[in-house]
Amino acid sequence: MKVDLEALEETAKLLYIRALKVLPDDIKDGFEKLDAAETDATGKSILATMIKNIDVAEDTDNLLCQDTGIPIYNITIGRGVEVDGIDLKAAIRKGCERATTEYPLRSSIVHPMTRENEHTSCGHRVPVITVDFSDQPDELVIEMIPKGSGSENGSFLKMCIPAEGVGGIMTFVVDKVIEAGGKVCPPTIVGVGVGGTADLCTKLAKIAAIRPLGSVCGDPEGAKLELELTDAVNSLGIGPQGLGGDSTSFAVHVETAATHITMNPVAVNIQCHSARRARATLTPDGVEIGF
Amino acid sequence: MAEHEFTMPISEDDVRKLKTGDHVVLQDTLFGLRDATLIHMFDKGRETRLDLDGHAVIHTAPNLKKVPVSNSFPAGYQSICIGTTTSARMERFTRPLMEKNGVRMIIGKGGLGDDSAKAFKDLGGVYLAIIGGTAALETTWIERILDVDMDDLNPESLWQFEIKDFGPLLVAMDAHGASLYDAVNDQARDRRAEALARMGVES
Repeated sequence: MKVDLEALEETAKLLYIRALKVLPDDIKDGFEKLDAAETDATGKSILATMIKNIDVAEDTDNLLCQDTGIPIYNITIGRGVEVDGIDLKAAIRKGCERATTEYPLRSSIVHPMTRENEHTSCGHRVPVITVDFSDQPDELVIEMIPKGSGSENGSFLKMCIPAEGVGGIMTFVVDKVIEAGGKVCPPTIVGVGVGGTADLCTKLAKIAAIRPLGSVCGDPEGAKLELELTDAVNSLGIGPQGLGGDSTSFAVHVETAATHITMNPVAVNIQCHSARRARATLTPDGVEIGF
Repeated sequence: MAEHEFTMPISEDDVRKLKTGDHVVLQDTLFGLRDATLIHMFDKGRETRLDLDGHAVIHTAPNLKKVPVSNSFPAGYQSICIGTTTSARMERFTRPLMEKNGVRMIIGKGGLGDDSAKAFKDLGGVYLAIIGGTAALETTWIERILDVDMDDLNPESLWQFEIKDFGPLLVAMDAHGASLYDAVNDQARDRRAEALARMGVES
């Protein structure tokens, strides 16, 4: 399959706007589950407002949250897909820029030192574009994540040592969830990276944070840790918006990688309740839009 | 837990009557600002021509569309989506904003810290929690963008909104030193050891 660059640009634009407006079904289901189990009156009332907001956004065709986030495009290229890498990145960037100027969206992206905003949602190395490969024939998948900054600021890395064991990882995650409190807009998805190098560990935490609810870590040890940590963070009473309740997190997600004999790194990357995500699959038959 | 409605601006007496857990609805006027606005006002010495005395500010930077000036759009901006941001980053600006500009209410999410709590107590102010990430709903409480100052900082300009039935907002920090965030955080720290013990970790 030869990738149609115009369709790719148009899709990159559409995905950004759609992600900001419509929450994936797994997140909507997650809200229903939390609401059913919440015992705190304040927590219950906040969840009700959040659920109402999802409906208002769809009814008024508006953005769920004012924060347009840092735009992230995760590209997965299947077998037999022909595309020039530079052209692919340029088309994604152009689509992101057009979403911002044509909709128009708030550009939340500035130079890190001058704080200058180009009003395009783009800048040096932003949008973040990652490229990976799959064995699916004739298929290019684009996942768009407008990553909200309130929860992105809830990102932490600790190079634990082997003597700290899994207990060190567990303690770090619990302590960071307490420290983040209401600042990260709970209920959250807590993404945890375990192992790898410092940069891979942080990357794993992001992959975990944006994974759909209901998905399970492929590593059985990670899957076990997910269940234990989900139970632990929800016993803290932080609740929706940090104002008290049972619903601190939809889930804790874990992703693992092998690491060095001297190392035991752990990273936390948090996703707020506005867990926005949009996906497009480009095939020879056209473009299919989903979550 | 009382319910209150205020047509802004508000007096010091009225703001001191509020207690954590109360619900508040605001009418008429609300100002919007955040990181860059406050950095320019207090670190770079910029003055605003807008009068914030006795008013409420929300930590925000809206999504907007530039349109011709008209009665509906007196500042030449149409609001698309207006919500709130994490307040903690604005912590060190609470006292100067109250002392210099007379602000009485700060609206945001996630709460403010000890210095702000002390400023609320000393000067007469409150923090009102609005629910982060529910901007589609909050946008329906905003009638018009009336004015804008320091617009070179767009979208982090100083915004003046005309509001109708803005709320309910939760009094999360009051002028008596109480903070719902502190209470929840203290509880979480108390429960930490038990949470870790459930996973077999000693602390």
